[in-house]
Amino acid sequence: MAMVSPPQAATSERDLRLDLFRGLALWLIFLDHIPENIVSWFTIRNYGFSDATEIFIFISGYTGAFVYGKAMRERGFVLSSARILRRAWQIYVAHIFLFTIFMAEIAYVAATFDNPLYAEEMKILDFLKQPDITIFQALLLKFKPVNMDVLPLYIVLLLLFPPTLFLLLRKPNLALAGSAVLYACAWRLDWNLPAYPNGVWFFNPFAWQLLFVFGAWCALGGAERLGAVLRSRAVLAVAIAYLLFAFAITLTWHFESLDRFVPGWLADWMYPIDKTNLDVLRFAHFLALAVVTVHFVPRHWPVLKWPIFRPAIVCGQHSLEVFCLGVFLAFAGQFIIAESSGGPLLQTAVSVLGIIIMIATANLVSWYKAIEGRSPQSRVKTPDADLAGGEA
Amino acid sequence: MTFVIAVLATLALVNGAAAAEQIQAQACDVPESLMPAASDLTRVSNEIKDRHRLNISVVGSGSSALSGPEGARFAYPAQLERALKERLPGNEIKVTAHVLPRQTTADMAAGLPKILSDDQPALVIWQAGTVDALRGVEPEDFRTSLDQGLDAIAAAGADVIMMNMQYSPRTESMLGVSAFADVMRWVAEQRGVVLFDRLAIMRYWSDEGTFDLYAATNGYAMAHHVHECIGRALASQIINAAHLDDGKVQTTH
Repeated sequence: MAMVSPPQAATSERDLRLDLFRGLALWLIFLDHIPENIVSWFTIRNYGFSDATEIFIFISGYTGAFVYGKAMRERGFVLSSARILRRAWQIYVAHIFLFTIFMAEIAYVAATFDNPLYAEEMKILDFLKQPDITIFQALLLKFKPVNMDVLPLYIVLLLLFPPTLFLLLRKPNLALAGSAVLYACAWRLDWNLPAYPNGVWFFNPFAWQLLFVFGAWCALGGAERLGAVLRSRAVLAVAIAYLLFAFAITLTWHFESLDRFVPGWLADWMYPIDKTNLDVLRFAHFLALAVVTVHFVPRHWPVLKWPIFRPAIVCGQHSLEVFCLGVFLAFAGQFIIAESSGGPLLQTAVSVLGIIIMIATANLVSWYKAIEGRSPQSRVKTPDADLAGGEA
Repeated sequence: MTFVIAVLATLALVNGAAAAEQIQAQACDVPESLMPAASDLTRVSNEIKDRHRLNISVVGSGSSALSGPEGARFAYPAQLERALKERLPGNEIKVTAHVLPRQTTADMAAGLPKILSDDQPALVIWQAGTVDALRGVEPEDFRTSLDQGLDAIAAAGADVIMMNMQYSPRTESMLGVSAFADVMRWVAEQRGVVLFDRLAIMRYWSDEGTFDLYAATNGYAMAHHVHECIGRALASQIINAAHLDDGKVQTTH
């Protein structure tokens, strides 16, 4: 079938860069979720304002629009919306599964750890005394323990996606403008969703949707419209300058003695750099990274097919499974490190082993999908894009 | 021959004693980079130089206290008083602890005016953040409360040292404190206030193997020792920031 309609096959061919960078982002999120991990010094959050979460959300928006946009054009609003909502449901189930594992870990710590020095900190375990409320709040996505914030964000983004996509396919610029207005409202009017026991969501969906919608907008022709901008040398120069600036600022976080080189007015204007509401500085940092990446990594670069990139690409193609596994492995790894009071050597071993398990699992999932006839390779051939939805 | 052995033995003994003393002194050293003398405690400095006295109020939540028999005697506020008396002899030093479990920063900020008028302190040590992290207070609200409390302290003419949370590796995956630590660091920088970075200092001790903070125990020995070290480190930070060089070898430098 690919032989019959080569032009279509060419345009619908998956951009390997998306899978590669989403795979890398998944690895970085895993590394960042292990506290006190020496290997997390290599992750991008230490070298600039944005981190792997931005990459993950943007690419998820991009691939979501790529897959479901095609479905919506070809098979209508109702069918594609149903698929998007099924995807949201899958992510919800995955989140609750991770929550169960988290509860098991906490219950174990509560049963085995005691130290009068930490009498106050141990109160965090008090919620085990009211499992009725806690579990109910978790089912409502209001109770989200540390590091379990990304999936609920993703769920809300997908729930809002059918109407967004509908608009994106007809009036893409209007949809993007609407997204920017919502982002501005979240900042101006303090819009966010409530959390339990109090406070608000760590990743404000009303702010972070901008990145997701922007990704979708790029996938539906926005990237081509931006082509001239992306190719401009001036833009590249500005992007590189901004990345260097962000790098210099992050250096002052790690070496306090450098703090005095940051002028007061700059610090006043810049800080705090708000992750919850996707600070403009973070968004700009992601854009700069994207500009530089697109410039130096062309889409059909043969190097992308090199076997060395294969593991990250496979992980990126099965992002939900690998993301959940990463959260679980971060729990488990951290547990092992804490139980054995482990040093840098153990941290490195846990990090490397975790990534190997992620790669192995991604390959296993690939294999399952291949025997069921729904691998990313077979997707190009089959006109039934529906089955590709699993990877949006 | 006997003489040589005797000399060697004496040398070994002296050496050993010196080494033991050094170990004692270095037991919980804090590198200078973790206690930057970012700003001056002028009020403290004047109190000691002009009036030879120092009234300190410690305001905090559960992690500023210890339970158990004689918990108050071993918690860091009392340890700080002992360390300061030792290092600033001839001065009247008084540390009053206003420590209540489950106090959020907003609660403490509301209670500060009364403490300031009752104690008339020259220095307030304000430990905050842990309960806010426990309750999931919004970092932005946390910052507002800090500003409110710091305004009250400034209005009363007292110096202030903010203290952040403990480093607690076993609860780290459940209790996210970093957002609150960032806010405190930022507020300290904005206002030019001294921040006693308990989080970084305890993490340093853990990395150096000074304390095994992962250990499960229901005994008080380690908790007492940690609080003693915090008290001494605080004393050093006060003396450094108030430029009250006591002319003695500083145990925590």
